[in-house]
Amino acid sequence: MIDSLYIAWRYLLFNPARSLTLVACITLVAFLPLSLQLLLDEAERSLRSRSVDTPLLAGAKGSALDLVMNSLYFDDQLPTTVSMGLVERLEQDGLAIPVPLYVRFKTRGFPIVGTTLDYFDFRGLTIGQGRLPALLGECILGSEVATQLGLKAGDHLVSTPENLFDLAGIYPLRMKVVGVLKPSHSEDDRAVFSDLKTTWVIQGLGHGHQDLARTDDPSVILDKSDSNVTANAKLLQYTEINSSNLNAFHFHGSPKAYPLSAVIAYPEDKRSETILRGRYVDSDKYQILVPSEVIDGLLENIFRIKQVLDTVVLIVGLATLLALVLVFTLSIRLRQREMETIFKLGCSRLTMVRLLAAEIAIVVLVSVALGGLLAGATTRFSDVLIRTLIA
Amino acid sequence: MLKIQSLAFSYDDGGFHLQIPEFIMKPGERVAVIGPSGSGKTTLLNLISGITIPERGTIVIDEEEVNRLEDQARRRFRLRNIGFVFQDFELLDYLSVLDNILHPYRIGGVLKLDRSVRERASRLASRLGVADKLQRYPGRLSQGERQRVAICRALLPKRKLVLADEATGNLDPENKIRILDLLFESAGEQDAALLAVTHDHELLTRFDRVVDFRLFRGENSG
Repeated sequence: MIDSLYIAWRYLLFNPARSLTLVACITLVAFLPLSLQLLLDEAERSLRSRSVDTPLLAGAKGSALDLVMNSLYFDDQLPTTVSMGLVERLEQDGLAIPVPLYVRFKTRGFPIVGTTLDYFDFRGLTIGQGRLPALLGECILGSEVATQLGLKAGDHLVSTPENLFDLAGIYPLRMKVVGVLKPSHSEDDRAVFSDLKTTWVIQGLGHGHQDLARTDDPSVILDKSDSNVTANAKLLQYTEINSSNLNAFHFHGSPKAYPLSAVIAYPEDKRSETILRGRYVDSDKYQILVPSEVIDGLLENIFRIKQVLDTVVLIVGLATLLALVLVFTLSIRLRQREMETIFKLGCSRLTMVRLLAAEIAIVVLVSVALGGLLAGATTRFSDVLIRTLIA
Repeated sequence: MLKIQSLAFSYDDGGFHLQIPEFIMKPGERVAVIGPSGSGKTTLLNLISGITIPERGTIVIDEEEVNRLEDQARRRFRLRNIGFVFQDFELLDYLSVLDNILHPYRIGGVLKLDRSVRERASRLASRLGVADKLQRYPGRLSQGERQRVAICRALLPKRKLVLADEATGNLDPENKIRILDLLFESAGEQDAALLAVTHDHELLTRFDRVVDFRLFRGENSG
């Protein structure tokens, strides 16, 4: 058998294009359904674990999936915003601890998550380096963000403007990195966290500028009355918050009206959860949902699609098998003369069958090994792949 | 070495009959077989090697009656005792020269491939002038070199009988003589008998004996 394998190996090496095509076909047919299953398993695990860790999610009426995907996986799709008033209302209900989220802005491709310190406690996030944000304009990085951007505590990060040609003048904010979180193997590794107020500053709801009452430059003042000073475009706006200008930052309007994308609610117990959900069932403005139920619905749809894909892969597999049978049948014809020669030398005609069997065995073995390697790589990087796909 | 007696063979369509009352070859003898195309020269080689079975008569090689052996035993006997040199060389293009020479050891399960065989293959290749081309593929060899590789393959298992079916038919005159001399020398070293079918009448004087096949044609043959 070793001799047959050797001869088959030499034949495969002599015909590299044919051999590589065969190996590629079998590898793909074997690897595709396997990798698909691995990715789906990882997707299910990743989606479920995150959703199970988030008992209730409150937000504006609208797409439940958008709300969950934005709040749990920091998806780009911003749901209809709610106001800080919802947080106050949940606090007054006294049934759950509300953790507000504002996931709207980005910095260098990563989401900026505006939240409170409770978020880090409830998600079990721990500090790897530095400290949590304490002042306006500070942020802490997820571990992957720090690695990918090569940043550490003490560095700075500039928020990305939503609109490149925003002439109205919401300036990018230069944030100070005060810490890096330890890896949590979740979406939190790929996010930048700041205080809610910092995200409102990025939005332009809060800002800092030179003091018009004390300025020595009269050319910045457009109009001045006893109670009001109006400045023109020459007024210097701060794009970085530091100790010297911190006090110059201020917010206009009622804080209750400031926007949030969602509020995570951690109920005291099951009873509180039920009561809380009941209170918002008939709300016209808000919805409170259980993220795991939304994710289960999403997974059901994914599995339905997977069944269709399985059928497609099966058909492609059968077509490939037929093509392989054709290739080997033609190979027997092409090697008719070789068969005659080895028959004259003293071999049975079955020797050729044995050589072909050895050839098929090598091709299948190499394909399976390659498929295994690819499946291993898929397993190794499945969490990264899934997170990239979800984000 | 080879003894054929009262041999009769015909194809099923009845258009060809071969009858050989007696044909004997001694060990180390070099015999040329001549005759017009279709006279049955190649059929004789097939009968001797056991590829084809006669209707009557006996073929004895080295005291073994070949035509009475079972199919598998006949094939094993052929691999062990009979070397073939083909007109078109019949080398496998995907194997190197060395692998082609060693091929009979790898396909039949009869001959054992070991270090001594490999060393003998190198020596034989060296004698036949292809030692520096052992790792090349046949496609990169000249006609003469390919025929020498084919001779190496036929002689490596130390066979007692070598059958050559127009082994020099595809070569230029200079190479024909050279290859035939090499074949004689190499076969002679092993004391192997050589039965060569040929159309090259200018080479006949080099053989010990020449057999004209027209003598063996049956009355009904076309």
